[in-house]
Amino acid sequence: MDFSLSPEHQMVQKMVREFAQKEVAPVIREYDRKQEPIPWVLQRMGELGLLGISFPVRYGGQGMDYLSLGLACEELEAVDSTLRVVMSVHVGLCGLTLLQWGTEEQKRRFLTPLAKGEKIGCGAFSEPGMGSDVAAMRTTARREGDFYILNGEKMWISLASKADFALVTARTNPAAARPSEGLSTFLVDLHSEGITRGDLHGKMGMRAGSTGWIHFRDVRVPLENRIGEEGEGFKITMSAFDHGRYTVAAGATGVIRAALEASTRYARERVAFGKPIAEHQLIQQKIAAMLTDYEIARLLYWQVGWLKNLGRRCTRETSIAKKFATEAAFRAANEAIQVHGAYGYMDEYDMERHLRNIRATIIYEGSSEIQTLIQAGYALGMRQDKPLRCEPPAYDAEEWTKPA
Amino acid sequence: MKIVTCIKQVPDTEAKISLENGKVQWGDSPLVINPFDEYAVEAALQQKDKHGATVVAICIGPDSAREALKHALAMGADEAILISDAALENLDAQGAAQVLAAAIRKIGDADLVIFGRQSIDSGTGLTPAQIARRLGWPLLSLAGSIELNNGRVRVERVIEEGRQIVSAALPAVLSVVQSIGEPRYPSFMGIRRASRATIPTWSLADLGISAPTPLVEQRAMFAPPSREQPCEFIQGETVTEIAEKLVEKILAEKVL
Amino acid sequence: MKTLVYIDHFKGEVQPASWEAIGVARNWGTVQAVILGASGEKLVKQAYEYGADEVFFCDDSNLDDYRADLFASTLGALATAQSPDVILFPTTTRGRELAAILAVDLNSGVLADVTALELEGTLLVATRPIYEGKLFEKVVCLGRPQIATLRPRAFPRPSRDESRNGSAIRIEKQGESAVQVEGYAVSESRVSLTDAGVIVAGGRGVTNNPAMAGADEATIARKGFELIGELASVLGGAVGASRAVVDAGYIPYSHQVGQTGKTVAPDLYIACGISGAIQHISGIRGAKLVVAINKDPEAPIFKVARYGVVGDLFQVVPALTEAFRKRLSK
Repeated sequence: MDFSLSPEHQMVQKMVREFAQKEVAPVIREYDRKQEPIPWVLQRMGELGLLGISFPVRYGGQGMDYLSLGLACEELEAVDSTLRVVMSVHVGLCGLTLLQWGTEEQKRRFLTPLAKGEKIGCGAFSEPGMGSDVAAMRTTARREGDFYILNGEKMWISLASKADFALVTARTNPAAARPSEGLSTFLVDLHSEGITRGDLHGKMGMRAGSTGWIHFRDVRVPLENRIGEEGEGFKITMSAFDHGRYTVAAGATGVIRAALEASTRYARERVAFGKPIAEHQLIQQKIAAMLTDYEIARLLYWQVGWLKNLGRRCTRETSIAKKFATEAAFRAANEAIQVHGAYGYMDEYDMERHLRNIRATIIYEGSSEIQTLIQAGYALGMRQDKPLRCEPPAYDAEEWTKPA
Repeated sequence: MKIVTCIKQVPDTEAKISLENGKVQWGDSPLVINPFDEYAVEAALQQKDKHGATVVAICIGPDSAREALKHALAMGADEAILISDAALENLDAQGAAQVLAAAIRKIGDADLVIFGRQSIDSGTGLTPAQIARRLGWPLLSLAGSIELNNGRVRVERVIEEGRQIVSAALPAVLSVVQSIGEPRYPSFMGIRRASRATIPTWSLADLGISAPTPLVEQRAMFAPPSREQPCEFIQGETVTEIAEKLVEKILAEKVL
Repeated sequence: MKTLVYIDHFKGEVQPASWEAIGVARNWGTVQAVILGASGEKLVKQAYEYGADEVFFCDDSNLDDYRADLFASTLGALATAQSPDVILFPTTTRGRELAAILAVDLNSGVLADVTALELEGTLLVATRPIYEGKLFEKVVCLGRPQIATLRPRAFPRPSRDESRNGSAIRIEKQGESAVQVEGYAVSESRVSLTDAGVIVAGGRGVTNNPAMAGADEATIARKGFELIGELASVLGGAVGASRAVVDAGYIPYSHQVGQTGKTVAPDLYIACGISGAIQHISGIRGAKLVVAINKDPEAPIFKVARYGVVGDLFQVVPALTEAFRKRLSK
């Protein structure tokens, strides 16, 4: 078992870290204060290949593996969560789900521009009336000839106002025996007639990000845009969450690291009672906890990356990684603020922004409570993974780097 | 067109450099491509983007210097060559120029050789000029911009007084400064290529030369005096007197 | 011992470190100076005034513009004819590469960017910075002649005797140049904060000027930064600011030094009216020399400064500007 990162992975880490630290870190405070996304960030991430990092080259991607995706997310979120959110929804929820469940034609047509960064994708599952209770979604998709007609509203959608496409799950069969079997998933062109969308303001955190709502009124979605079969929507949505959840786990790990580094730096400089506060034990206790949590969170998401590379279903491991990392990150950010004293309360330092950002991760991509139920389910044997018609795509270095 | 970039591997600029038992230590800090050399690679890649070229990165160093070469490959260089030999351990600037010149001749058909202005370790800044002289090629140093046209290269040299615009026929030797443009990040494809690339090693025997005779010898190294001194307050009868005293103190510290 | 000193100039404007090199060579024996380019003619007398015993001069029109190969060949021919023990250059863009090329032609080595020199008999023992000044090394040249470039302002300006004079010993150019000079352009003058070798920064103290009682804070701050800007200008540096004045809107955020402003590592950092809060201090951690000017002798900035003046920046800063102007002028 080799726990070290290959030179290739180290280079990925370094490259993403440099981008995030050099280009975004100096301006993020300003945009967070203004509650506005950085206007050039999506394009820049596209230029650098981040938006296609873990897709096969023949679908316009960069041909890197899932671990590289995780490493990139850790580096991005160490600067700000909004950078990682882009990866979560564009690469995770939308792109990887297409890679897993799309037909060859759909991958060629829809995934390729997404992977190239020419189009932006997102995932639209939650609604004003439901989040955790996926089976209870109310957006409908009525079949009419060669189209589906979509009606309803999705809410809490990252990049809603910026994306070109959204992976949308809606109810195609209200009469299904079990509500979860009446759902289907579609790749919807957000420029279609009947779609209105907008941004939500007033968020506690992720203020340099775009979170919004999408309203569908008789939106016509072509048959070819349905992903998977009718009735597979629930399973596809769960797959989407597995992909997204992995990026959240990796990203939150970055926040633990940011807290650890900031606290260490500050504790060495700040003097109280005649010595640097790094020499006071209660400060040491906080920093030790951050270090331990960082190591754990990192190993957990690395393991998920490894399992995804093998093409193995890893809902269980992803759930553990996500719950642990997000909760640990919240603790770490909170304690880091304490280490910084009054300065930690000011946006002069990064930790208050990280705390406000990371709080959302305990709610979204499967709340901690949902994760608990998932884990209990696996532990008690009440939950068993059945084979999927489309299993998560394994990483194959040769296949994925073959030219278009 | 063929462009050769000469790079060096050095300790990270953030490293805490110290002396222990007469050896330079940089602790846990990584060894990286000399920051100025990243600009050289960037300059080569800019010309490659514009005109098409093969970019070859070369480096004198121990095996670990492969990492610096890999970085150049990941940025987009096409080939990389490591020049390594036990006899090259204590190479001075003059010796490095001899060795690199031999390597450039062995590579053959280079149109341009591009350097960063100096390395952050020894910082002599002598190599580009010495290589140009040894190869018998024109030197266009401290280039802030490069233009290639019809077998000629034109450069804006960034000098103390402003910019001097010069040109010469290829092949030529250039050194570049930061205004040439921010070095691009390695691309993911580049990272992949770099990690899989075979980087050949050339020894002195491969270059057909013997170890260069040292022309500068290091007698000693020392750390600058510790700055744990209390603040010295400058006093005086008049503001002018205080100012003049302070100016002398500052100049004596040789920081200007 | 005989030393040949290259007098570096651009269209007749000398690089003063050239005189410093003559000053050093004067202590060792005979000093020969060489000036290339017709525009340098007026520097011949100055070279004698600073202590040269012989001044060589080439006014061949091919040397009107600097070109490394041609200048080096000409110098090389002179060096071969005169056989100096040492050849000195100021470390300038021209001096450094000429020394480098000469070393190849004469098969010798260069002691580059020297900050201190000792003489052991006729052997130069040079101290020079390595690792960006984090360490120093002592080096000797094994080749002959010994060639060195001297860091500007590391050596004292020699005394000038205006009664000294001599003739310009004309020499011929040697060799050809493969380089064509097409012209010159002005450089942008703005120095970026992170690259600046010198930063003069202002803090809350810029709003405190008893001599401007009655004026509003913004006006006082503007004047304060004007003075700071002048000092920065004379030193060829950039203007920095503490968070307090950026937050108050007296200077744009791009000038902020400190925690979320920029971390800087200049050779010289002059803090004017800055108290020295921890985030600012951490931003200047990399500065080689910190000088502080503050009215309050207890200000924390003095704990990290090497030199301090307890005083009013509105008086001290202009006085410093004037003193530097006098001292740094040619």
